[in-house]
Amino acid sequence: MIDATIWPARDYSRVPYRLYHDRELYEREQERIFRGPVWHYLALEAEIPEPGDFRAARVGDTPVVVNRDRDGEIRAFVNRCAHRGALVRRELSGNANEHICIYHQWCYGLDGRLMAIPFRRGVRGKGGLDRDFDMGSHGLRPLRVAAVNGAIFGTLAQDAEPLDTFLGATILAEISRVLHRPVRVLGYTRQRIRANWKLYAENTRDNYHASLLHEFLVTFGLDRATQVGGVRMDARHRHNITWAEADSDTAEAARSAYNGANIRNDYLTLRAPELVEFRREREDNLSLIITSIFPSVVFAVISNSLAIRQIRPRGVDEVEVHQTLLGYEDDTPDMALHRLHQANLVGPAGLVSMEDGEAIELAHRASRPDRDRTTVIELGGAGVISDRDYRVNDVPLRGFWSYYAELLGIEPPDAVR
Amino acid sequence: MTIDPLALVALFAEYGALLDAGRYDDWLTLFAAECRYTIMPRENYERGLPAALIFCDGRAMLEDRVQALREANKYNIHSDRHVIGLPRIVAERADGALSVEAPFAVFQTDQEGETRLFATGLYRNRLTARGGSELRIAEALVLLDTAAVPTLLATPL
Repeated sequence: MIDATIWPARDYSRVPYRLYHDRELYEREQERIFRGPVWHYLALEAEIPEPGDFRAARVGDTPVVVNRDRDGEIRAFVNRCAHRGALVRRELSGNANEHICIYHQWCYGLDGRLMAIPFRRGVRGKGGLDRDFDMGSHGLRPLRVAAVNGAIFGTLAQDAEPLDTFLGATILAEISRVLHRPVRVLGYTRQRIRANWKLYAENTRDNYHASLLHEFLVTFGLDRATQVGGVRMDARHRHNITWAEADSDTAEAARSAYNGANIRNDYLTLRAPELVEFRREREDNLSLIITSIFPSVVFAVISNSLAIRQIRPRGVDEVEVHQTLLGYEDDTPDMALHRLHQANLVGPAGLVSMEDGEAIELAHRASRPDRDRTTVIELGGAGVISDRDYRVNDVPLRGFWSYYAELLGIEPPDAVR
Repeated sequence: MTIDPLALVALFAEYGALLDAGRYDDWLTLFAAECRYTIMPRENYERGLPAALIFCDGRAMLEDRVQALREANKYNIHSDRHVIGLPRIVAERADGALSVEAPFAVFQTDQEGETRLFATGLYRNRLTARGGSELRIAEALVLLDTAAVPTLLATPL
């Protein structure tokens, strides 16, 4: 059983491999994190605009359905019949007046209430349910829901802090900004990676790897560690924004910085340079804004591509990364096309993201046999966990682990937070 | 124009063989001067959603993709095996352009010799006949059934 003694360092600069491979721990994560007092991204209001629209979601291993009821309210439930525990809504999305379990046709309203049970009084006075069976206490189990500019979050814990507090002002401001005007879903991508979900969650907080692993960024001069950038966290350091400013370094400075890094720096050119053309859309000049929200959702703005990535654990050894690609309703046709072009940068086949799948599989595979050994998280220094205004750091990984340890009840004495 | 079905079969056979051999520059010669290459999850296509996994909107982007694969991207060490089913002519236009479909499966094998089914789907291609004889791909739409991409998608389908 993993406890607070697991940590070799109280600043989380060393993470034992065991934490990526332990099956008992996975179950505890489901209980304390995914069914715990944490908010999870479910869907966009834009995906369920009409009453009766529904969409399947996942909160860890728990299947969830989110729908808009007759009054236009957003509601979410555990997608599981109160009778035999079967999945009620089988489709990934659609429109319906009610949710009916196919097994015995128990029927639930869009408010989750149990509406009807076939043969409730039996047939010809025989069989059926007892008279005192309480329909009212056998609805679909509700989630608490809240939204930020149309991004719907839910939690199974009635005692979770309010969503705004959970996100904190910095993160709230950034998501509000990305979703500051109505969005349109351009499509979805999915990817199954044979690695523990936390390796992916760490990867999105790792500023250090970006231009080293994703060589396309440097080879084609799109994004480099020499740019002005850094990391910004919430007060509890559980969430993180990795950011970088466009055109904030010179090719000369980059060449000398990457000298000896085994990365070609002759800056090849693309035949279709619009693929990496950054069109400024906001007051700041940020061309990279990766907002990682604990535990499992990422709002990624890479150049002009906009995406929401959900990290969906599938057991201790596999994770699904589900990506929702977005544009704005009022994009000009030219901008809409530009976003479709830049979708080439991200996702399972993304020119600047495909490597992530390989990298975390390598980490998962090689760390498995030697569980007492540890990773090293020390870029940007060990010790205090705080925002940084430079790119060569992986400090937010330690923030992730700090909150993780707190939730799982394995925080070491005098832990750095 | 009468299409020689064998020429059609030969084009798909060549297509799969060149990809499996990693001869991406030769693979590019199967495309027309003006061309498009898209890999799209079928779930997006059927809902009318425009985003793709790979969207090479013109020959330049397709060549860039091949260059990036060679010069910049890192991916799992593997070999591909395309198994392409018999093509079917869907429509034939007066100017000689053809709409054709063919189902495919691609298996990936790693260095340990372990093979997994990587993708299945349907090619929905528009072909042109150059000089009235040689077929070239003006548009390749790869509709991917296997929307849950195993690990990552680097080498073309």
